[in-house]
Amino acid sequence: MPVSVDASRIIYDALKACGVSVVSALPETWLVHLIRMAEDDPDMTLVRLAKEEEGVGIATGAHLAGARSVMLMQNHGFLQSINGIVSCAQLYRIPLVMLISHRGWFGERDPWQTEGGLVTIPVLDALRIPYETLDARDHVAHRIAKAMTLAHSTNRPVALLLGRDLMWEDG
Amino acid sequence: MKRLEAIAAIHGRLQDCIVVTIMGAVAAELQSLGHRPNFFYLQHAMGLASSVGLGIALSKPAARVVVLDGDGSVLMNLGGLTTLARYRPRNLTHVVFDNESLLSVGGFPTATATGSDIAGMAAAAGIPRTATVRTLDDFTAAFDAALAADDLTTLVAKVEAVGPAGFVTDLGLLENRFQFARHLRGLPETP
Repeated sequence: MPVSVDASRIIYDALKACGVSVVSALPETWLVHLIRMAEDDPDMTLVRLAKEEEGVGIATGAHLAGARSVMLMQNHGFLQSINGIVSCAQLYRIPLVMLISHRGWFGERDPWQTEGGLVTIPVLDALRIPYETLDARDHVAHRIAKAMTLAHSTNRPVALLLGRDLMWEDG
Repeated sequence: MKRLEAIAAIHGRLQDCIVVTIMGAVAAELQSLGHRPNFFYLQHAMGLASSVGLGIALSKPAARVVVLDGDGSVLMNLGGLTTLARYRPRNLTHVVFDNESLLSVGGFPTATATGSDIAGMAAAAGIPRTATVRTLDDFTAAFDAALAADDLTTLVAKVEAVGPAGFVTDLGLLENRFQFARHLRGLPETP
């Protein structure tokens, strides 16, 4: 499976450097290494979700209790979570940091991913959720740190789109 | 049993707990009995109160967390029962007030009115302690037993489909949220 272990490690280390101690996640192909890293880390609380919207609630509880957390999910999981994002994270001003694999975008071979790929950025824009794409190793740590800072200064959701050029090694 | 009576019966016990409620009647009734800085009312996002409770319980293992949920909300997040069971926070008590209806939006029946069994689904999801109670005495006894058991419990209380006339209170949503967070962060990290 050509999902990049090295890129996943850079992302994971950047999350750790930001003080993240809770990760809620629903697996998808591009996230397998990141989830395993969280699983193998005794200092990380990994919450495996049945459906992504639960993760908004878990991140809310963790934040209210003073813990830093992130959600890991595919863009279809982000689309699944919209009401939770609006009616929990935005309504209650929660610094929800979402790492979203941007499937169905340039280079996608799976036809079933393509509709979600088309609407992900328009939906982020409609929700006024600021986002940046992580698509090269050299900016990963910096952009994750900036996303975390913005989420906590605004008390609002912030998204990082994980791009194919970063996550997938055969292009 | 009326939900307001049930909440009143445990209100004293809730003083020492971290409490997360769902929207609508449960939030309004608990506030009518006396708000505390350790009470958080999730006034929307139906289904997520139990997930918020899980996030708190995992992050504050020394705190006793009580979620006051409802049948309509649980039915919107049945998968959340499996996540609760998977992590089995022993400091979480999940109370579900089951009035078999969506009371605040016209009283239309939920699936529990036609036999869907929330305690049964919670047990099948793997939640170690579950019960369904129908009287006030049984409810208070089961709630006390859940706190004493020190294990994850889903307690379903069958209640009448009656509630307050209105749901808006004078406690602002963000006022509640920041007050609650400040309270939580002041709690000790270990028992």
